[in-house]
Amino acid sequence: MDKKEYLDLYHQMVLIRRLEERAAELYQKGEIGGFLHLYIGQEAVSTGIVAARQPQDQVITAYRDHGVAINVGISAEKVMAELLGKETGISKGKGGSMHMADVSKNFYGGHAIVGAHLPIAAGLALANHMQENDAVTIAMFGDGATNIGFFHEAINLAMAWKLPILWVCENNRYGMGTSPERASAVSDIIQKACGYGMQAFDVDGMDVIAVKDMVSERLADIRSGSGPQFLEACTYRFRGHSMGDPERYRSKTEVKKFVEKGPIDNFRKFLFKEKLATEEELDQIGVVVAEEIDAAVTFAQESPEPPDEALFEHIYVEETGGA
Amino acid sequence: MAVITMREAISQALWEEMERDEKVFIQGEEVGVWGGTYAVTKGFLDHFGPDRVRDTPIAEAAIVGAAVGAAMAGMRPVAELMTINFAFVAMDHIVNEAAKMHYMFGGQFKLPLVIRAPGGGGRQLAATHSQTPDVIFAHFPGLKVVAPGTPADAKGLLKEAIRIDDPVMFIENATVYQQKGEVPDGDYTIPIGKSKVQREGSDVTLVAYSKMVYYAMQAADILAKEGIEVEIVDLRSLRPLDMTPVLTSFKKTNRAVIAEEGWRSYGVGAEVASRIYEEAFDYLDAPIQRVAQKEVPLPYNARLEQMALPQVDDIVKAVREVLK
Repeated sequence: MDKKEYLDLYHQMVLIRRLEERAAELYQKGEIGGFLHLYIGQEAVSTGIVAARQPQDQVITAYRDHGVAINVGISAEKVMAELLGKETGISKGKGGSMHMADVSKNFYGGHAIVGAHLPIAAGLALANHMQENDAVTIAMFGDGATNIGFFHEAINLAMAWKLPILWVCENNRYGMGTSPERASAVSDIIQKACGYGMQAFDVDGMDVIAVKDMVSERLADIRSGSGPQFLEACTYRFRGHSMGDPERYRSKTEVKKFVEKGPIDNFRKFLFKEKLATEEELDQIGVVVAEEIDAAVTFAQESPEPPDEALFEHIYVEETGGA
Repeated sequence: MAVITMREAISQALWEEMERDEKVFIQGEEVGVWGGTYAVTKGFLDHFGPDRVRDTPIAEAAIVGAAVGAAMAGMRPVAELMTINFAFVAMDHIVNEAAKMHYMFGGQFKLPLVIRAPGGGGRQLAATHSQTPDVIFAHFPGLKVVAPGTPADAKGLLKEAIRIDDPVMFIENATVYQQKGEVPDGDYTIPIGKSKVQREGSDVTLVAYSKMVYYAMQAADILAKEGIEVEIVDLRSLRPLDMTPVLTSFKKTNRAVIAEEGWRSYGVGAEVASRIYEEAFDYLDAPIQRVAQKEVPLPYNARLEQMALPQVDDIVKAVREVLK
């Protein structure tokens, strides 16, 4: 990696952080509706994963999807416009926060039913296998999703069929407000993958470089025919599950402990220590990001609402009329 | 024109489409080595190989979910559910994923997916394995729901379902796999969302689909001997629902009976009758009659089961009633 690549990772993480902080403000003002699940605290995971993938590798994730959206290169404008439900949003204002995707960037969404995207991920990998296209599917999901049947059907199928897929569990310690200790028969989630005979690894999800290096190795293994592999990225969600979370399930002390070793601060220290960046350079990135966010908000606010006829567009590819 | 069974028609459609397009593949429980539990895919594994005729675990969410993913990534899967009763185990992937994927991401993903699912009662399989829940799937915009009543329609509609880029629930009735009918020679498709007059008549409009088309034909023969000429409109697709031939017929006969194998409440009959009332009220000469399943979970006992299922005689009586 050269210096520019390191700074680009830093840029992405700060962009996700600031975009979401602004989104939270817009949500409080009522400009963003529905649910808003912030990725703040977990930025190193998606940033490391996407940095490690080849362009042909598909990424699919759950509803906490703003991070991946930015990492794969969807513009802050299109992400913000989608949050505001505008025609210029990445999903034309029809998906919202939880349903962002960009098929041109091999980002298959943003899926809001817990675990339901995991069999779909197996299907993406099946297509790779059948098309012999050298692509690996990367399926991201939370610790909470490992308790639902979809997860077990999907990883069993992937293993039985030796599909090219990397399962990445982002363990942020709570499925909504319930910890694996209270919800899962085994709180060590890796054991679940081992139960299916799958090679499983863990990584510090607060360290973007560790994530990137680990995912690079896993993808190389899978591409050379290892079959599916499993990775647990240990991380922490700094904000509530969504905007309306009373956070009775954890203490402020606990949150503070994780915030103090947050992924962006971590990475700053690393960049200084390795003399890859100066404070001025990183501060300058902060200035650029602030401008990007301002521009994105302006773009989103000034973008048109979807027109009335959009209501009936895209129900089917081949419209035959009637209902 | 060859005369073949419904089973052969479906099998031929799958075979021909797999020959035509290598992106088409089949996955489901026992579709390969076993040859399909209803023998629809017998011989497919030997010809097309295990990569395109995929035996799956007994895991319906994985069967349909993985088919959704493969379709999103450019393949054309035909997922087979051993029976439509097992669709409930895969319900999220049918109604929450397949039906929403194109719309919710602003048209980015196409879903050239077919889900084949045989259903129907009358085989003493008891309550969990005997249902005809077709309307449930027809409730969801984003899905296309097809339920053919003749071998010719089954073949043409299945080929069309495989070729289009939308998710299609292709619902078969397992008790009519042996029914025979004439099928056009050569390659043909039938557009989804087009109802069809299967028998012309001037006295009453009899709307049916799937197995009830056979029953309607038998009822029409009986009634013809009484001098009653029944016009049978086969819906063929439940979504999109093509009411034009129904309304054209009704405006001619002014009387309608609707026959379905599923339960009456919230059923196909309810929907079709409502639309007739909304769009052709002035043509109405008698209350519309509905023939449907009694509102019970189907029992194992053969006599009780047949009591619950709609019969040819029920259709005959309903027609006489609507003509009173």
